[in-house]
Amino acid sequence: MSATLFAVQTLNGLQLGILLFLIAAGLTLVFGVMDFINLAHGVQYMLGAYLAVAGYGITGTFWGALLIALVGALVVGLLLEVLIFRHLYDRDHLDQVLATFGVILFLNEAVKVVWGAAPLTLPMPDLLSGSVEIMDGLLYPVYRIGLIVTGLAVAVLLYVLVSKTRAGMLVRAGATNAPMVSALGVDIRRLFMLVFGFGTMLAGFAGILAAPILVVEPGMGDNLLILAFVVIVIGGIGSIRGAFLAALIVGLVDTLGRGFATDIAKLLLSPSAANDVGPAIASMLIYILMAGVLFFRPTGLFPVRGG
Amino acid sequence: MHFTPARLSRELLGALVVFTLFAGLPVLADLMGDTFIVFFTIRVMVFAIAAVSLSLILGYGAMVSFGHAAYLGVGAYSVAILAEHGIWDVTVSLPVTLAVCGLFALVTGAISLKTRGVYFIMITLAFGQMAYYTATSLSAYGGDDGLTMWGRTEILGSTALGDRTVFYYVVLGCLLACYLIARMVVASRFGRVLQGAKQSEMRLRAIGIDPYAYRLVAYVIAGMMAGLAGALLANAAEFVSPAYMSWHRSGELIVMVVLGGLGSLLGAIVGAASFLVLEEVLSHFTQHWRLIFGPFLVLVVLFGRGGLISLLPGGRKND
Repeated sequence: MSATLFAVQTLNGLQLGILLFLIAAGLTLVFGVMDFINLAHGVQYMLGAYLAVAGYGITGTFWGALLIALVGALVVGLLLEVLIFRHLYDRDHLDQVLATFGVILFLNEAVKVVWGAAPLTLPMPDLLSGSVEIMDGLLYPVYRIGLIVTGLAVAVLLYVLVSKTRAGMLVRAGATNAPMVSALGVDIRRLFMLVFGFGTMLAGFAGILAAPILVVEPGMGDNLLILAFVVIVIGGIGSIRGAFLAALIVGLVDTLGRGFATDIAKLLLSPSAANDVGPAIASMLIYILMAGVLFFRPTGLFPVRGG
Repeated sequence: MHFTPARLSRELLGALVVFTLFAGLPVLADLMGDTFIVFFTIRVMVFAIAAVSLSLILGYGAMVSFGHAAYLGVGAYSVAILAEHGIWDVTVSLPVTLAVCGLFALVTGAISLKTRGVYFIMITLAFGQMAYYTATSLSAYGGDDGLTMWGRTEILGSTALGDRTVFYYVVLGCLLACYLIARMVVASRFGRVLQGAKQSEMRLRAIGIDPYAYRLVAYVIAGMMAGLAGALLANAAEFVSPAYMSWHRSGELIVMVVLGGLGSLLGAIVGAASFLVLEEVLSHFTQHWRLIFGPFLVLVVLFGRGGLISLLPGGRKND
């Protein structure tokens, strides 16, 4: 458990946390404002990555891919909103779970048909390839640092958008009491669409950022979706601040847990038992965390909606 | 309103038709010389048990459990792990399976039921994921790859379950028993409290009933039933794997219940059968059957309120 290893794992944890935040931000806004549970949010992340690969094929540069994928993710998101999701806002959560589950099945399979089941990769931009030495004997890839910085910048931007602008005020008001906002003459449908489009674009953005360091494959969004749900439930549904903190906590706990659970288990158990128990505990940590948080605070750390 | 004579007799008639079909199927399959359909129908009935158990809490108690597949898996693993240690007899494995699933449901239910709505959906999902990851880490029992059972559960030393037809009728018997138990639960005072809590918890509290304990008991019953389905599934496949507990499977179980019709136990059976038949038929046409099934699901949600059971002649309208 050297200091270098710990530093690397912490940075990796931050990086996962940032990706989770980008996905969870959209999810928690959509959920908070529209009371709409969107399981298909994870496939938006996957689509972002795939569109980036396709965009790279067309333009040959990372930045071109970024642009095409962002626009593509937004268009797909809005299309889904108009065609399907908009008809589900008044339904109960069960209907929403089912319909968006259907969308997941379709898009995961569609991606397989279009791009094949084999994993794809997206090359890093030249500008950000290579590594820097952050501390003695620790080289860390520039791209990954860039990812963390970008994520933090987006978080700040979101914070300003949500807490300082008029649109953000409406979003917050919508999360607290949507019918009242509507009664005050705000076009709530348009607000919904704006929030939804923005949220899917953020998820797509996360997918694009992840594409150069993870493999691009069908179903890649499913696990992150579950993690993102854990994040927004811990953070309190509808709260950007909660999502940000919870995303970092979940990212760090998960990564550090995977890195060190076996070592810690070895302090208490025999080495062979520790090798069995360690990884299991590591993958369960965040769920235990979530169950614990919900047990003591049934509406998360930063509840938005009253009652 | 759930017990008008007309509806009761319709449900009775429907149940009679469904169970007669199930009972007659092996004979028919024998005549046609088709063994696949018997194996397939065993699978259908196993999932029908799981769907009935979920329908009990989802349809009557409005508890949207997104981790119900965990019980399927816990039941399956209980049987398989006992078998791995040479304990095959039903007199041990069945009580152990039911006890383990009941306990798991009691503990996770006690925590989950403190939350409401979407938080409940998510916390049950979290417990399902915990069970899933536990199974993948059981390296002594196959870990990710799953565990093969070299045979089937024995009944007092007899290996009668190895016979396809006998096993078929045992599964059918279990399904019938679970259906009847669920019916009794729903029709009892206990069941009325459960449905009352779904309609208005506040009114229920106003007349002095705290629904928490009722929900918890229903949750445990459903968990044990799904555990039984898991035990049968392990026997049917003679194999268990963590995939039994993946969250996709939990989603599919919800699909089965809603496809058949919420608030109808028979609907759950019809839903499970339709889901599996649809999957089988579509995957026959194309390996990309999900391309068709996904949109189908969306359409069912958007336009088919009330589920398949309401499409039957004289079926109830969604209220």
